[in-house]
Amino acid sequence: MSERVAVRKTYKLFIGGKFPRSESGRSYLVQSANVSLASRKDARDAVVAARAAVKGWAGATAYNRGQILYRVAEMLEGRRAQFVALGVPADEVDAAIDRWVWYAGWSDKVAQVYGSANPVAGPYFNLSAPEPTGVVAAVAPEEPALLGLVSVIAPAIVTGNTVVVAASPAAPLAAVTLAEVLATSDLPGGVVNILTGRLTETVPTLAAHMDVNALDLTGVADAELAADLEIKAAENLKRVLRPAPAGHDWYADPGITRLTTLLETKTVWHPKGV
Amino acid sequence: MFEYAPAPESRSVVDIKPSYGLFVDGAFVDPASGGSFKSVNPASEEVLAEIAEAGADDVDRAVRAARSAYEKVWGSMPGRDRAKYLFRIARIIQERSRELAVLESLDNGKPIRESRDVDLPLVAAHFFYYAGWADKLPHAGFGPDPKPLGVAAQVIPWNFPLLMLAWKIAPALAAGNTVVLKPAETTPLTALLFAEICQQADLPAGVVNIVTGAGDTGRALVEHPGVDKVAFTGSTEVGRAIARAVAGSRKKLTLELGGKAANIVFDDAPIDQAVEGIVNGIFFNQGHVCCAGSRLLVQESVADRVLESLKRRMAQLRVGDPLDKNTDVGAINSAAQLARIRELSDAGSAEGAERWSPPCELPERGFWFAPTIFTGVTQAHRIAREEIFGPVLSVLTFRTPAEAVEKANNTPYGLSAGIWTDKGSRILWLADRLRAGVVWANTFNKFDPTSPFGGYKESGYGREGGRHGLEGYLNV
Amino acid sequence: MTATTTSARSDLTELGRSETALRTFLHGLPGVDQVGAEQRAAQLGTRSIKTTAKAEAIDLAIRMVDLTTLEGADTPGKVRALAAKALRPDPADPSCPHVGAVCVYPAMVPHVAEVLRGSGVHLASVATAFPSGQAPLEIKLADVRAAVEAGADEIDMVINRGAFLAGRYSEVYDEIKAVKEACGSADGGRQGRPAAHLKVILETGELATYDNVRRASWLAMLAGGDFIKTSTGKVPVAATPPVTLVMLEAVRDFRAATGRQVGVKPAGGIKTTKDAIKYLVMVNETVGADWLSPDWFRFGASSLLNDLLMQRTKLTTGVYAGPDYFTLD
Repeated sequence: MSERVAVRKTYKLFIGGKFPRSESGRSYLVQSANVSLASRKDARDAVVAARAAVKGWAGATAYNRGQILYRVAEMLEGRRAQFVALGVPADEVDAAIDRWVWYAGWSDKVAQVYGSANPVAGPYFNLSAPEPTGVVAAVAPEEPALLGLVSVIAPAIVTGNTVVVAASPAAPLAAVTLAEVLATSDLPGGVVNILTGRLTETVPTLAAHMDVNALDLTGVADAELAADLEIKAAENLKRVLRPAPAGHDWYADPGITRLTTLLETKTVWHPKGV
Repeated sequence: MFEYAPAPESRSVVDIKPSYGLFVDGAFVDPASGGSFKSVNPASEEVLAEIAEAGADDVDRAVRAARSAYEKVWGSMPGRDRAKYLFRIARIIQERSRELAVLESLDNGKPIRESRDVDLPLVAAHFFYYAGWADKLPHAGFGPDPKPLGVAAQVIPWNFPLLMLAWKIAPALAAGNTVVLKPAETTPLTALLFAEICQQADLPAGVVNIVTGAGDTGRALVEHPGVDKVAFTGSTEVGRAIARAVAGSRKKLTLELGGKAANIVFDDAPIDQAVEGIVNGIFFNQGHVCCAGSRLLVQESVADRVLESLKRRMAQLRVGDPLDKNTDVGAINSAAQLARIRELSDAGSAEGAERWSPPCELPERGFWFAPTIFTGVTQAHRIAREEIFGPVLSVLTFRTPAEAVEKANNTPYGLSAGIWTDKGSRILWLADRLRAGVVWANTFNKFDPTSPFGGYKESGYGREGGRHGLEGYLNV
Repeated sequence: MTATTTSARSDLTELGRSETALRTFLHGLPGVDQVGAEQRAAQLGTRSIKTTAKAEAIDLAIRMVDLTTLEGADTPGKVRALAAKALRPDPADPSCPHVGAVCVYPAMVPHVAEVLRGSGVHLASVATAFPSGQAPLEIKLADVRAAVEAGADEIDMVINRGAFLAGRYSEVYDEIKAVKEACGSADGGRQGRPAAHLKVILETGELATYDNVRRASWLAMLAGGDFIKTSTGKVPVAATPPVTLVMLEAVRDFRAATGRQVGVKPAGGIKTTKDAIKYLVMVNETVGADWLSPDWFRFGASSLLNDLLMQRTKLTTGVYAGPDYFTLD
């Protein structure tokens, strides 16, 4: 009895809810698979997709976003074995699912925790509330490939941002598989866009892009590259999350700084009168 | 006709010294280089004082003094004691408010009515507000035991010299940081008087250091490796340079930059109050306001009526001696700023917009610019896109709420916006859609220490005021 | 109301014909934001009026005073003394101008008329069942006619606030129109005497909102009022700077729309020179010089006059005066 010949998967990019190959036609061999090698053009396409998705996603109710993120966690749970089969440790998969659930719940709470009613010295209603900053470009940490990736994507999108994320170049399979999870949940296309390949090829484009509002350098281990990217980000004054310190504990309580750095606070005044 | 006789506020309340040193480690010291510059009264071009210019060595000395004060005294002082120093400062500011107001008007050119009724009350209120936070930081929402950052480098502009100092120093000190602050080179005097107030309050030496100088001094300060925090208010261009300068460092950065705010007037607006709001939005402080309502977006159906009322109201503006209690619009802060306002206004005329100013006699000496509006402006005009930072309003029209939002957001800036309509649901609909950090509905240019202020997009990041204002000075 | 064409002007005169038209028009006026209006009024109050400007303002304010007594205890002797004071407020200084008018109850009009005849000081009388206005229309009209016949050349009427607040605008309009007719007409209908000027008291303290003040102002002007006046002085809240500001804006806009100029009279609670000057500043910067005359702006006041006189003396002599040096009438 001959063994069944397996059907192998092609690992492509995830842009605008679709799975295109790199427009450059290139791939690279990693984790025993050919993975798309995203180009600068792919990065630009991803920003266009992310920008197009902002209006609908930021405009959705917080309850709706929370529901969708929770749905993603449900789908992740269902694919648990698949991630383990890719080599992601089981406890990391569990932590990633739990992290996703944790962030899902923040959708309709962050405004209450991070907003404020301001007792101004005058006859005015005065309220400050957070809003998403817009399009976030992010670099996922090299490892843990899944938990790190989830910890970068979820806090960006739960508040209504859309994201273009550069996956770990050395371990992109978890990212592409996560994309499959996202594509089969109810997340609108373009809210999350995932690029695989070399950071030096895509991230400088994202950092300099004038239609990107924030840059999350979490996964940039090279200090010189990080500084260069931050300089590029200054051109349109992107909000910047600096690289995670070496030895960062991804399993610890992440706090809300990742959420709040990608938020804008809007203060509204109105007189009180008859 | 009812002519108001001159009603000048007395200058005798201020005592300006012929020259000022740097305020480092609790004392006024001479700069290492011995360099200096002059601060002039923009209403008369009279030299007010000779001001020390801090070089890199002086900045280093100030940063080291701040570091030492942070490590030895301030960083470890119980919050309740830091609070008491801040309350002391607030009280002294209240007690010396007239002196500070007159000095501010002399050095800046702003009307005494504004320095007296707006700037100084807000300065004192800011210190009072943050004083109360100093011993309540665990309740501020940034974790159970938030820590200060260390030494804060702060660079402030000339439009609200003392108020910007308060916005910077009060939260920094409340959170447990020490500071080195550089006031603008055209308006250093109230910061130097504030240094005296620190001495009067027996604030420990080195907690507040004031280094005077221009761009080079500011650059040396923000680039100094010994600072943990950089806070800047000023132009977007300089803000960008600072963001580049701190890239790759551990320095936490907050920026409050330029703006080109839309002030949107609908046909159902309370017209008389809207006109006041337009006037206050662009002519308050000679238009030297980053959140100024410099683009009037008026609904076409009511545009003629609003413009007629606006022109009538502008004709009542009293331009002149900043120390006259009846002056509404004072002097432009500097010759350089006046040149920029003129250049952009000339561009407005050259690009085909229609220029109007009320008849208005300007003093011969000093830097002056009559309140001006441009009608027939389109989004493509420079005066609709670039920050003029002067008493110049660009008027555009719109037809639908969606068009108003689109035009309002069509700028790289995002600091503030105004909405005038009697329809509540429309206000909330617009407020949700305007990409701006402060939205004033049926009011404009209101400020309060409890109310977070700051921009979206190229207007900067971080918030000043309120609980949010602490975040920039805590290690969170 | 932005209209300034002739056809639009005639449209406004048609408004009174229908309740619906009146309501649509009055509710179509721009709203007033309370906080903004009060801030503007307060800001105008910070003007510093000194030296020569103050001297001019004081003389103008004296000329604008409607010297008023509206007490149940008023007697012919009391009102004659008041009228004498109106003619020569400061007997020690002949350069001191006379006041704008004397304002009394209808029964007192004949006694005042004797004193004022030919002086240029006007004689105002509160009619229409002042201050409540709660009498049948015929009685109110008779009240007006009696006052006019006795020599009053200005009638201060009160509007029906109950009808106004209930939204019965036509009723208020018709009543003002009827009173205006009772004041006489320019064609000499009242024994050749010119028509008395009609001041319409809105009693703003009972109107609750500035939106209502603006609507009532327009209603009074549309119905023919020559002046709009804030208050009777008989309810707890009388004239305030923001109420007066809203009324000044109304007369300004009404003239722009119709070409007809209407005067404004804040009344009640204005006691000091400082207060009066704040109002003059407001007139100056809201409606301008056209209204800076006793023909178009009046103060309904009693104790204000002595404070104006004391301040006037201070300016001319350089010495602070005391109340004992001014007559109490």
